[in-house]
Amino acid sequence: MKDQLKGLGTKIISFIEYMGGTTVLFAKTLFWMFIPPIKKKKIFAQMYSIGVLSLPIVSLISLFTGMVLALQSAYQMQQISAEMYIASLVALSVTRELGPVLTALIVAGRVGASITAELGTMKVTEQVDALETLATNPIQYLVVPRFVAIVVMLPILTIYADFIGILGGYIIGTHKLHIAHDMYMQMTYDPLVMKDFFTGLLKSLVFAMIICNIACYEGLRAEGGAEGVGKATTLSVVTSFILIIAADCLFTALFYFAF
Amino acid sequence: MIEIINLCKKFNSHIVLDNLSLNIPEGQTTVIIGRSGVGKSVLLKHIIGIMEPDSGQVFVDNQDISKLTGKALVKFRMKFGMLFQGAALFDSLTIGENVGFALLQHTNMPRSQIFERVKECLEMVGLKGVEGLKPAELSGGMKKRVGLARAICTKPQIILYDEPTTGVDPIMGDAVNELIMELHDKLKVTSIAVTHDMISAYKIATNIAMLYEGKIIAEGAPGEIKNAKDPIVHQFVTGTAVGPITQKDGTVFRKL
Repeated sequence: MKDQLKGLGTKIISFIEYMGGTTVLFAKTLFWMFIPPIKKKKIFAQMYSIGVLSLPIVSLISLFTGMVLALQSAYQMQQISAEMYIASLVALSVTRELGPVLTALIVAGRVGASITAELGTMKVTEQVDALETLATNPIQYLVVPRFVAIVVMLPILTIYADFIGILGGYIIGTHKLHIAHDMYMQMTYDPLVMKDFFTGLLKSLVFAMIICNIACYEGLRAEGGAEGVGKATTLSVVTSFILIIAADCLFTALFYFAF
Repeated sequence: MIEIINLCKKFNSHIVLDNLSLNIPEGQTTVIIGRSGVGKSVLLKHIIGIMEPDSGQVFVDNQDISKLTGKALVKFRMKFGMLFQGAALFDSLTIGENVGFALLQHTNMPRSQIFERVKECLEMVGLKGVEGLKPAELSGGMKKRVGLARAICTKPQIILYDEPTTGVDPIMGDAVNELIMELHDKLKVTSIAVTHDMISAYKIATNIAMLYEGKIIAEGAPGEIKNAKDPIVHQFVTGTAVGPITQKDGTVFRKL
């Protein structure tokens, strides 16, 4: 019993420590973001690596998701002769949910893991210490460019994923289910309101902050050589996934009840 | 002058520095010796202020370094150069950018002038024409020398060396020792080196301090340390496997 309580206590302390650590890192990132010099070159390099290089995988997954969504819903819709509503279903599901969430999960897996691995390697090989001895703040030099890049690029990737997802549904709708082009387009646009689009973007902004904060935090506290970096990377991706889904649930409930 | 007063540091329950006090005179080369894992690197990181002590203070030129922030901290760090045990070169930058990092980040010097200085520093450590290479393209010994070039590039007043001769061949090791001595003789740089290479320690030191169980247990000129009567110091400097250090920590060397 005593051991169990001790174990529980240790877990609670670790959890509080984790929450405190990520919050402090987030606050420091926001602080250093506005302290010159602003590393524009580094920010653009990160934007390219985070955004542009994620385009192929985002395209592929969004296109297939849109196609699968249209195909799966066709089963039900055909039974009640409501195939034309497939367009609306795809458009709403993609812009409200699947676009932001899938893109965030892809970026957490591709970019978050790479940030943790890179910063973790720098930490265990004393490169982060070396930065400090060279009078350079590691948060300003390493975290801020990644944070700015991901916060700008994830919403852009989300908009792109929304279009590609809708395109996937369109391809199935018009070619396989033989819905007329004009009808499909109209049924796509009609139910969409700006709110759907903006709530998706707002979600992606929060997801971006989660991904970067967790990835950098895990990287900067990695220790114990290659094994430690591996563990930190796994933990970074798993934690980001959980927090993205939890934040999505929270936001969806908030938008549903509040607006 | 660097004053370390009652410095304490522990990691979980493991005490690394235990009320450690030490004075490092200006313009001299102080070598801190001790077994691997005894906390020599931790002590160096406290001196430059990248590690916070649990208690105790470090004063550099009568300034408590824990109180420094912002521009004062940048100015303070620019006084220092540090050579890391594994060189700690930035993988994503070229050798030239690594060596000139502090000048590129914190000064308005023209790039051409910075790269002239970079070239000069690389030549001081016996390297030529490597400015455009990435650290991954160099051998371990070459990386260490680049690390040393980076440490001296800003013409610092204080240089910290973490195992300066480890990982370089004996000839290059001696060249590194000569360079440390030259920096001391010509530029009156204050140097602090941590090492367990006694040949290097005797050669470069004006003062040697031995770290053992979190405390400085002996301090003196190289000759005094070499002939120390203390059995712990004697076992360490003579490199004997059997003695009070190994007896106390329970190290048993099994025979074949």
